[in-house]
Amino acid sequence: MARSTLRAVAALAGAALALGAASASAETLRLLTWGGYAPDDVVAMFEKETGHKVEVTLSNNEEMIAKLRATGGGGFDLAQPSQDRIAGAQAEFGIYKPLDLSRIDAAQFIPSMLEATKRNTTVDGKVYGVPHVWGTSGLVVNKAKAPGVKDYLDLCDPALKGRVSYRLKRPTLIAFAFAMGEDPFAAYADPDAYKAILDKVEKKLVECKANVKTYWSGGDEILNLLRSGEVWAAMAWDTGGWKLNAENPDITFVAPASGALGWIDTFALPKRGRADDAAYAWINFVMRPEIAARITASAGNFTASKGADAFADPALKARFQASFPPEAIDNIKWYPPVPAGLEAMEGAVLDRVKAAQ
Amino acid sequence: MTDTPDLEAVRLTRRFQDFTAVDEVSFAAPPGSFFSILGPSGCGKTTLLRMIAGFLEPSSGALRIKGRDMVGVPPNRRPVAMVFQHLALFPMMDVGRNVGFGLRQRRVPSAEIERRVADALERVGLPGFERRRVDQLSGGQKQRVAIARAMVIEPALLLLDEPLGALDLKLREHMKVELKRLQETFGATFVYITHDQSEALVMSDQVAVMNRGRFEQIGPPQELYYNPRTAFVAGFVGDANRLRGKVLRREGDAVEVADPAGPPLRAAAASAGLAPGDEAELFVRPEAIRVSRQAEDVAGMDNVFACEVRDILFNGANSRINARVAGSAREFDVAAPQTGEFADLRRGERIHIGWNAAAARAFAAEPAEPGKAQAEEGAA
Amino acid sequence: MSRPAGRLTLILLLAPLLLWLTLLIVIPHAAMLFVSLRERVGVGEYAFGLGNYLTFLAEPLYWNTFVRTAWMSVLATALTLLIGFPVAWHIAKIARGRARQALFLACLAPFWASELVRTYGWMILLRESGVFSAVLQWAGLAEGPVEMLYNDVAIMVGLVYTSMLFMVVPLVTTLDSLDDSLIEAAYDLGASGWTILREIVIPHARPGIASGCIVVFMMSLGNYLTPILLGGKSSLWFTGLIYDQFITRFNWEQGAAFGFLLLGLSSAIVWAGLRLSGQSLRSAMARP
Repeated sequence: MARSTLRAVAALAGAALALGAASASAETLRLLTWGGYAPDDVVAMFEKETGHKVEVTLSNNEEMIAKLRATGGGGFDLAQPSQDRIAGAQAEFGIYKPLDLSRIDAAQFIPSMLEATKRNTTVDGKVYGVPHVWGTSGLVVNKAKAPGVKDYLDLCDPALKGRVSYRLKRPTLIAFAFAMGEDPFAAYADPDAYKAILDKVEKKLVECKANVKTYWSGGDEILNLLRSGEVWAAMAWDTGGWKLNAENPDITFVAPASGALGWIDTFALPKRGRADDAAYAWINFVMRPEIAARITASAGNFTASKGADAFADPALKARFQASFPPEAIDNIKWYPPVPAGLEAMEGAVLDRVKAAQ
Repeated sequence: MTDTPDLEAVRLTRRFQDFTAVDEVSFAAPPGSFFSILGPSGCGKTTLLRMIAGFLEPSSGALRIKGRDMVGVPPNRRPVAMVFQHLALFPMMDVGRNVGFGLRQRRVPSAEIERRVADALERVGLPGFERRRVDQLSGGQKQRVAIARAMVIEPALLLLDEPLGALDLKLREHMKVELKRLQETFGATFVYITHDQSEALVMSDQVAVMNRGRFEQIGPPQELYYNPRTAFVAGFVGDANRLRGKVLRREGDAVEVADPAGPPLRAAAASAGLAPGDEAELFVRPEAIRVSRQAEDVAGMDNVFACEVRDILFNGANSRINARVAGSAREFDVAAPQTGEFADLRRGERIHIGWNAAAARAFAAEPAEPGKAQAEEGAA
Repeated sequence: MSRPAGRLTLILLLAPLLLWLTLLIVIPHAAMLFVSLRERVGVGEYAFGLGNYLTFLAEPLYWNTFVRTAWMSVLATALTLLIGFPVAWHIAKIARGRARQALFLACLAPFWASELVRTYGWMILLRESGVFSAVLQWAGLAEGPVEMLYNDVAIMVGLVYTSMLFMVVPLVTTLDSLDDSLIEAAYDLGASGWTILREIVIPHARPGIASGCIVVFMMSLGNYLTPILLGGKSSLWFTGLIYDQFITRFNWEQGAAFGFLLLGLSSAIVWAGLRLSGQSLRSAMARP
């Protein structure tokens, strides 16, 4: 969470320094990814097998885009943005290069997920992303203290005053919109309609502010708040809920009635990446079912690898099934690509919510 | 002197851990007097002054200013003002605000402050200097501003802590006279500490000679000079030739002291207890020694030596002859008479010197002097 | 030697400084200025204009955030001065030898940990399930857990803690150079402790106070982590706005404009502060 506006500048300087090093056969793969997606054991196995070196940089969606934008798509050889954040960023900043699908072993992917991701990351007829890890965000609830929380709007129950937390970011806007009966995804293409939805959500979030203890910004932060009992219900990622469930059975992930929000993190090639061989090798390596299962164990989320289920931890599978009965899985709202410029509109809303008393 | 003394100390003592800086000092400074405390560095005089000013509390003893007990009274409530060694003028203020500082603390109306500041500056010879910055002043001007700043509040006592030390020689000579004149103008009691005997002798009505935390002698300068009561005072005040030897005989005030370089020396006993067999120290001032080219001129004197001129230290009226006793290593400093008779005296010439017993004073010799006492500022 | 050789030496000596100034200060700022003057018209389309600056003026939220940030930074500076002055006085005038070193070290100690760790340290102390809350309950002073985090007071505590050293060091330097006899002289002339402080000590320490205040004010204004992590749900900080524009909104143009506004407005506040206290930047920087 140690971010600073200087990061972009630092990335620039880092990229300039990195320009010196490159080799043909054994490459260094500079991987821009999320925590848990490149565990040490997997990196070691990959390096041993292929001879490539891996340098991991942890980040999140916004920072990935900002970093790549700062360098014009340089400094990294493989990035893992969410599938809905590729098309818009590509259209506006041109920070990725198209994937050569012939170099990816499609047979290792769950077909439906591969197709959906390809469709969502296509710009001008070229595909920019293939799926890797997927998961949802919904509610993490301390059932002993807030048994009534079933949907996002329940977070605004006056009984939970000062005991609620969520992020002040776009997923919260989307989630509240669904909970209020709107379909924000359908309105993506229509700025006026989307604006109207955002206005409603803004009003609700301002009303709900009294309930909020703090807007969390890092995964560890929200886990600590829930663990210590300072927060009873939060909007958070499914893995966090399952992790806490293992420590305290009262706390678990709840798929909200209006639907959990489904995200898929992808593989995408930065425009000025210089280790494509290593990048494709990494993609094909980590999609092997037994490797994918290791990543699931480390990140807590399932992958788009076909057959990895067989290797997954039964306890994790049990938690998943408890949170997601079949109808809840069908109800997952998968993020469609975010049109360029939508973030500015959302940003203004988030600013006003933050400033509201 | 029936008046209450302006300053009175009774068995005043100050100890720092295992070291006694001021040891049972008692004295009284009469109103309007110029009282100096003279002593080598480390003798405790600064500690004493800081106790009078209130920056240090005495370990025991009494201190009264104008009859009022001062123990426990903080410096800002004592009727004293101090002129610091380095003057301590406030660089953030102009001359006028410096001088008016004490009056402002006393909530004097500003029109009156202005008048009194102007008056004080006039009296120290700096009329119209109010708007000058401190760093625009010369050393002597700063000195006078510091005195004006202290005197304007009309203190019962003005304390001066070696204020001439930082000045060059010429200015120092001038300021000695000036300070004495200022003291007469203001009519206040000055307590002046110094290690420079000539400052003390020139300006003071009373001088206290201080050594190792104690007062050796208090008296007018002439008395200290002509009638020192201890070996330390005899050696410290004025110049003197120093001799040492065993007492052979004593008759009333006259003693005879053995001298390996010649016949016994005759002198006046200044220590009451001096008895045959004691080790004695003799002091003879250079100007008390008669000098002549003819032996018969000094033949009648109690102590005579035939000498050879080793050196002539010409210093105008203060010229000295350095004479070595023939056939010995002993040397004497002798004042060169200003009669012109000796203007052509040359090195190596033979001369005769002599003095009477009354001009030499014998004291019981002190045990060899230990190393300098700890710095008197030790815990200040 | 000859003049050309002398000039060459001078140029070579100045080269690192000039390079540093150009590469790390002039060029990035020029680039930022350029970016801040671009307005986003559509996808990948830009036009020149002052729109980004006008947005700042038109949107009260941005204005208010700036005023709030500046005001809290001024307050943090004043508090740091108020707490730092006695500390500096003690170090410069009272403590001797070992005690003096120990005190200096105590001021320095927080800087052995990174800012993030320091801030998390405060979170552990102040949070509802944290140390202070537990102590208060144990001592019977509080019935239930007390939340001390997530408010402006917590921000203030964090800012003052982070800034203390930068106030104490220039103050110790100037107070060290104050001749003790000036204080004694004032005392001797009848001044009270308060008068001495006002008329002798503060005028003497003014350059140190000014340089300490400038550094602390700028550091507080430019702080990001402390206000974001310790501040409450309504706590806005101007650097946070800049971060959001750059990182989450992808709006570099607006972010750059905010950056320049921060630079300009904070310089104006420092200038005004110096004018009010009758100081010049030169005298404040002469004795840092």
